[in-house]
Amino acid sequence: MTAVTETIPARKPNVLLQTLNRNRLSWVGIGLLALILLSAIFAPLLAPHDPLQQNILNRLEGPSPEFWLGTDSYGRDVLSRLLYGTRVSLLVGFLSVLIAMTVGSAIGIFAGYVGGMVDQLIMGLVDVMLSFPTLLLGLMVAAMLGASLENLIIAIAITETAPFVRIARAPTISAKRKEYVEAGRALGFSPLRIMGVHILPNILSDIVVVASLWMASAIRTEASLSFIGLGVQPPTPTWGGMIREGFENILSSWWLVVFPSLAILLTVLALNILGDALRDAIDPKLKGES
Amino acid sequence: MTRYIIRRLLAAIPTLLAMLTMVFVLVRLVPGDAAMAMLGDQASEASLSALRARLGLDQPIGVQYLAFLRDMLGGNFGVSMSSGRPVLEEVARVLPYTLELTAASIIIGAIFGLPLGMVAALYRNAWPDYVSRILSLTGLSFPGFVSGILMLLAFAVYLRWFPVMSIASDNIVDHLRNLALPALNLGLIMTAYITRVTRSSMLNVLGEDYIRTARAKGVPPRRLIMRHGLRNALIPVVTVVGLYFGTLIGNSVLVELVFTRPGLGKLILGALQARDYTLLQGLMVIFASFVILVNILTDLIYAVVDPRVSYS
Amino acid sequence: MTALLDIRGLTTEFRVNGRWHAAIQDVDLSLAANETLAVVGESGSGKSVTALSTLRLLPQAGARIGRGEILFEGRDLAKLSERQMAKVRGNDIAMIFQEPMTSLNPTMTVGDQIAEVLMIHRGMSHGAALNEARDLLDEVRVPDPARRVTEYPHQFSGGMRQRAMIAIALACRPKVLLADEPTTALDVTVQHQVLTLLDDLKRERGMGVIFITHNLGVVAQIADRVAVMYAGEIVETADCTRLFANPAHPYTEALLRAMPRVDRRADTLEPIPGSVPSITGRPAGCYFAPRCGYARPECGHHPVLGPISGAGGSDHQARCILRAKAEEAA
Repeated sequence: MTAVTETIPARKPNVLLQTLNRNRLSWVGIGLLALILLSAIFAPLLAPHDPLQQNILNRLEGPSPEFWLGTDSYGRDVLSRLLYGTRVSLLVGFLSVLIAMTVGSAIGIFAGYVGGMVDQLIMGLVDVMLSFPTLLLGLMVAAMLGASLENLIIAIAITETAPFVRIARAPTISAKRKEYVEAGRALGFSPLRIMGVHILPNILSDIVVVASLWMASAIRTEASLSFIGLGVQPPTPTWGGMIREGFENILSSWWLVVFPSLAILLTVLALNILGDALRDAIDPKLKGES
Repeated sequence: MTRYIIRRLLAAIPTLLAMLTMVFVLVRLVPGDAAMAMLGDQASEASLSALRARLGLDQPIGVQYLAFLRDMLGGNFGVSMSSGRPVLEEVARVLPYTLELTAASIIIGAIFGLPLGMVAALYRNAWPDYVSRILSLTGLSFPGFVSGILMLLAFAVYLRWFPVMSIASDNIVDHLRNLALPALNLGLIMTAYITRVTRSSMLNVLGEDYIRTARAKGVPPRRLIMRHGLRNALIPVVTVVGLYFGTLIGNSVLVELVFTRPGLGKLILGALQARDYTLLQGLMVIFASFVILVNILTDLIYAVVDPRVSYS
Repeated sequence: MTALLDIRGLTTEFRVNGRWHAAIQDVDLSLAANETLAVVGESGSGKSVTALSTLRLLPQAGARIGRGEILFEGRDLAKLSERQMAKVRGNDIAMIFQEPMTSLNPTMTVGDQIAEVLMIHRGMSHGAALNEARDLLDEVRVPDPARRVTEYPHQFSGGMRQRAMIAIALACRPKVLLADEPTTALDVTVQHQVLTLLDDLKRERGMGVIFITHNLGVVAQIADRVAVMYAGEIVETADCTRLFANPAHPYTEALLRAMPRVDRRADTLEPIPGSVPSITGRPAGCYFAPRCGYARPECGHHPVLGPISGAGGSDHQARCILRAKAEEAA
């Protein structure tokens, strides 16, 4: 019994820290993310104005000491809306990836463990999903379901399930042949227990790394869908929605599109930097590469 | 080679069937049903059932599925509910604009991305590498419409080098001026992507034994990089760009909206706003088939570039 | 006999975690025309690094030649520019490698890969070079060369690929051939054929060959002289027959005891305990002392490579204090 559990290889967390240290850029990513996360949590404290408060007298004002990032066509404070918009982006990004990760990994482990026809059928479907661009699939699903926060999360989760199936499946197949799994089977453990206790911990780190990269993609998709009008509906502030509204006044009021654009860019960039560094840490073959 | 093509085409059949099934299920996910979604909550029961009968929604699900497969595989994508024109005709009318845009951006991406990726690989962990890595990561972080809006703001609104709106014109110069900004926008994202892929592919190849063999033969540096390095490094680049094609078209949809260009983007958005489900369904099927076709073509190019593929 | 290639005090350093460590140090080797010099040692002993340093093929980012001269016909290769060096490679000095499966470019036909050397160094046209390539394939005994010349490496077997590698290396009639374990990856019968081929070609052309191997059976079959390497240093050099008859260094002795032979039962084989120290973890004093059965307190001093007493008129040198002393006492 002990022998079975002892042979499970574990990754040391300090290796991760070491790699992050070696890649100085990754600390920039972590710092940026921390800032973004804090502004989402403390948006009510940080926002100088009510993000929904309309004031026709102050409409379309440029950046000023009163309104740091200017006001929109309803006279609402752009900075406050930007800070509150962080909440929607992070929430949608995090929840959709969490759902995609859970469902996708479960399907992937199942497919890899069972193998045969079931596996081939699932992987065939995954290939179709993968060949369909996230943005268009999300657009279609969101359009079919109707625009709301829940539907947006579900739509993005559906588009990002396929990669997790793939990522979870390959290591499951190789883990299945390892001694500790075969020993577990010989000892009569149920397949569910073997998959959950012996395979999942070994592939978890890979999955988490990929999740950080896909969260970047999820936030990008959220912004794009909100821009088309398929995201969280107004008056709730979202970055994509702010750009959508500001686009109408692009000729006169640049601040309406530039600041939310920068917010999206920095968030996605921070996640991409972190995801890259984490991938280097996990995959020894890629060490020091892109 | 012929046998390889046939094998590859046969392998696409299950993918095609799976895709059609997915679209079928997706359309049935619409709350209520497509008829209700199209006519709204206020529609009378009589007009609803009339539309259901027209769409075949009153049939058992199995019959609906088979009819759907028959129509789609026969190239019969139905008639747009909003315009009354066949879906295929609607798509064929705007597709050239989108293809022109994607082709231009792939060309721009290759022109800038290949050299950047090669330089990054050759100067690994030196400043050219860091610069190109940060640039490409930044480029990859842009949603296409965000970079589009920023470019529009900079080059069309402030510098006034390019028109803010694309207007259909037969004049070739105007045509190119209309194409320039959107193509550059997608082209820069494509550059970021190709740079990244080329860099890692080139690094892999430069570590190969046959590169050492070529050096031992006395192959001069330039020829070593182009003939032995790049030629082999291009193989994965071609594949990855082919796989990225779907995403590229997805991006172009939003970029077309930003630059008010005609194309798939406008068609899709129009279909969404009009709740034109036959058009959406047809668009999905045509689009997915197109992506599958591009994937097959990519594999065939792969077979041409890499002599190992078609023999095994 | 004047030396064709004369390596003096060659030291090559690798960068490990930001610091430079010597991978090979003070290597002296000389090679005459029509001579086969075998360099033997376990993996990690520095024999491949020696060959790669000679042609300066190590990656420039993580390796450098620290000291020493590589004199080829009186010219110091260590001082040449990369461009000048490219003219030497494949032309005056050629090299073949261990892995025939991965050492050929998969997207070029075998014929083009042979022709390329001729086009670069001889300025031949593509057509003329391809004709010559076909003749070369014939010379290295690849059957049906006219067809093989148009095929890709993946259509060749391992032994055939190594023959193609040899054809590439010999295309410009180099004066020196560096062979880095060229037969290790091959089946025993194919291995024998390739060795015979190399030996025949050496004789026909009067080449000098540096043959790197860990297999003493191969050494006995082809070498005129032998240099034994351990932890980046040469620990013994002698004529082939003399080395097998009177090994002076304890490491050579141990290698010979670990070698399977027809006239000995397999269960008398004695593997050498322990392993070669890494380039960052070499002991003070004699590098072999920790694994040596004869080690004594004096071995705390690092020994020099020098003639052993009792060597007679031969050029037999070893890097061992004790063995030299023991010979003197006798």
